[in-house]
Amino acid sequence: MPKSVITIGPYHPLQEEPELFQLTVEGETVVDIEVSVGYNHRGIEKLSERKTFDQSTFVIERICGICSTSHPFAYTQAVEDIIPVEVPERAKYIRTIIAEGERIHSHLLWFGLAGHFLGYNTVYMWMWRLREEILDVMEILSGNRNNYAMFKPGGVRRDIKPEDIPLAIKKIDSILPTVDRLKGAILDDPVLHARLKGIGTLTKEEAIAYCALGPTSRASGVARDVRKDAPYAAYDRVDWNMIVTANGDVWDKAVVRLLELYESIKIMKHCLLNLPGGEIDLKIKSIPPGEGIGAHEAPRGETFHYVRSDGTNRPARHKVRAPTFMNLPTLKATVPGSSIADAAIILAAIDPCYCCTERLAVRSADGKKLFGGDELLRLSREKTTRILKEAGKR
Amino acid sequence: MSVTMRALLKSPWVFHLSTGSCNNCDIEVLDCLTPRFDIERFGMRLAASIRHADVLLVTGSCNRKSMIRVKRIYEEQVPKPCVVVAIGECAMSRGMFIHSYNCPQPLDRIIPVNVYIPGCPPKPEAIIAGVVKLINKVKASI
Amino acid sequence: MSMTREEVLNGMRTRFGDVILDFHDKSAKRVYVELKPGALVPVAGHLFRELGARFHIASGVDNRSQLEVLYHFSVEALNLLVTLRVKLDKRAPRVDSLVPTIKGAAWIEREIHELLGIDFTGHPDQRRLLLSEEWPEGVYPLRRDYQEWDAKAIRDRGV
Repeated sequence: MPKSVITIGPYHPLQEEPELFQLTVEGETVVDIEVSVGYNHRGIEKLSERKTFDQSTFVIERICGICSTSHPFAYTQAVEDIIPVEVPERAKYIRTIIAEGERIHSHLLWFGLAGHFLGYNTVYMWMWRLREEILDVMEILSGNRNNYAMFKPGGVRRDIKPEDIPLAIKKIDSILPTVDRLKGAILDDPVLHARLKGIGTLTKEEAIAYCALGPTSRASGVARDVRKDAPYAAYDRVDWNMIVTANGDVWDKAVVRLLELYESIKIMKHCLLNLPGGEIDLKIKSIPPGEGIGAHEAPRGETFHYVRSDGTNRPARHKVRAPTFMNLPTLKATVPGSSIADAAIILAAIDPCYCCTERLAVRSADGKKLFGGDELLRLSREKTTRILKEAGKR
Repeated sequence: MSVTMRALLKSPWVFHLSTGSCNNCDIEVLDCLTPRFDIERFGMRLAASIRHADVLLVTGSCNRKSMIRVKRIYEEQVPKPCVVVAIGECAMSRGMFIHSYNCPQPLDRIIPVNVYIPGCPPKPEAIIAGVVKLINKVKASI
Repeated sequence: MSMTREEVLNGMRTRFGDVILDFHDKSAKRVYVELKPGALVPVAGHLFRELGARFHIASGVDNRSQLEVLYHFSVEALNLLVTLRVKLDKRAPRVDSLVPTIKGAAWIEREIHELLGIDFTGHPDQRRLLLSEEWPEGVYPLRRDYQEWDAKAIRDRGV
């Protein structure tokens, strides 16, 4: 059977980031996938060497917009690990609050995009509208909807005012009824079961071999979460559960993110209501020569920073590793063997954040274009419609 | 007023292009389409293909791989007249990435830019205000 | 994981003692081990396969006199992060690829190869990952002696 090549990207209206996926297709089945990145590579590791330790936090924050706190969280912990030193209790709680708020809005964003890819545009609009409530909470607490600029080596930059907390709690509580409806809609919908179960399965062995991270690996039965394995900030002061499922398909990845939403809401509220008093900043004056490592469980997996200091006020080396860098290669294991209609949702299931990583048209072998990237989305939505019709017939 | 300009002003189709950004601006642009800000009530909608775009919303600090493609997209694929809007500090001047080895030139040296919307990221209200200012300016110049 | 932290570290010291050049037990959670470059694959294999440690990433560093590659592993049950370090000659930096042992090392080594110029022998595919086609060969941006090669680059805001 003749093989054709589908290119998705680099500029696809639905993916916010440009990247290139080349799917090699035989008939309706994908037989190979090639991922090209580099469209977001901004040389941040080199840039960090020109900035002071404090200035670098601002650059690091802009590695990724959706997980804007994850990188400063890991970076400031890496710098603190050089000395090593622990930040004050209040700073730990504030860091946890901001990080969990980010996890909530990031997962809601993912549900919106997944809904859009499947053809449930209502879900897309609802989830993004719901996200606005959490962004309001972040604006109340930190002053900005994203790029909160709350982290600095030694603690946090700004305090949370006690008078803001009741409003923040009220807004967080207001999203719970809709999240419950989303949970009911996802877990019980037979169309979604048919559409997502058994699709894009990543086995436990492969998740370990590829060093996959975050919900992508927890959905495959790998019980790893930096917040539990190497507790930091206030994560060991709250009672919460790590969500792990066994099958590793797109359905499981969605369920893991959904249940993590509830855990994040629990952690965030607990920290807001039990915020201890005290200092928020150690006021570190200088960093001695040495090396430090910091890690944080971002919404997509573990962010890992390695910082080397030579005693001056600038990092001698700053290595950044975002979770999507490890999760993208798993597509080699999950996409081949699936049908073209499922390719879009399998790609979305790892929750790719290409900007973190660096920093679909079907073309037949003779170069004539057959489908476009938006065609793949159309195929994905048509499959959902087909399944809906069959469900209606029963 | 020509039919094209009238169409552009009444219902601009926007295409969003990221040239190597952290995505904050991109998410804020997409937020404009969601119920709270809803630019669709101004007639703006996301074009599926760049060949249908009236307004190009560009974000990102124009890194090398993207630069080549942006130039080609603008010259060959975007129908003129097209208005280019640079959203965010990175698209304006590369912001803090000005010394990055992979971001050699700012966007407005590569393609002509009509509107600059500052912010890191600019709030959806700022993006909408910027686009409305643009439409009023175009109307006034006709 | 039924071994204690001491058992794990002493096990490593005993078994690989002849290839360990430096063993820095920095704190309860951080250990840095410098190895002879040829011994990387066996020690990494021991951590990944036998101890079930997770491989985080490899960091390439130019420390002015040499090129170092640090491989970070976590033994999660003990909350212990072991970093293996190899120091390579700048004139011909070469080390064995970890890809046969750990599939996830493929992109990691590709990135270090193009940004620092280290050759990973046995890597199936050392093509460019991040840099564009116009980037010249042999110019490694993360090296200390990197100079701007692009005459058309604009580095001021014109203000």
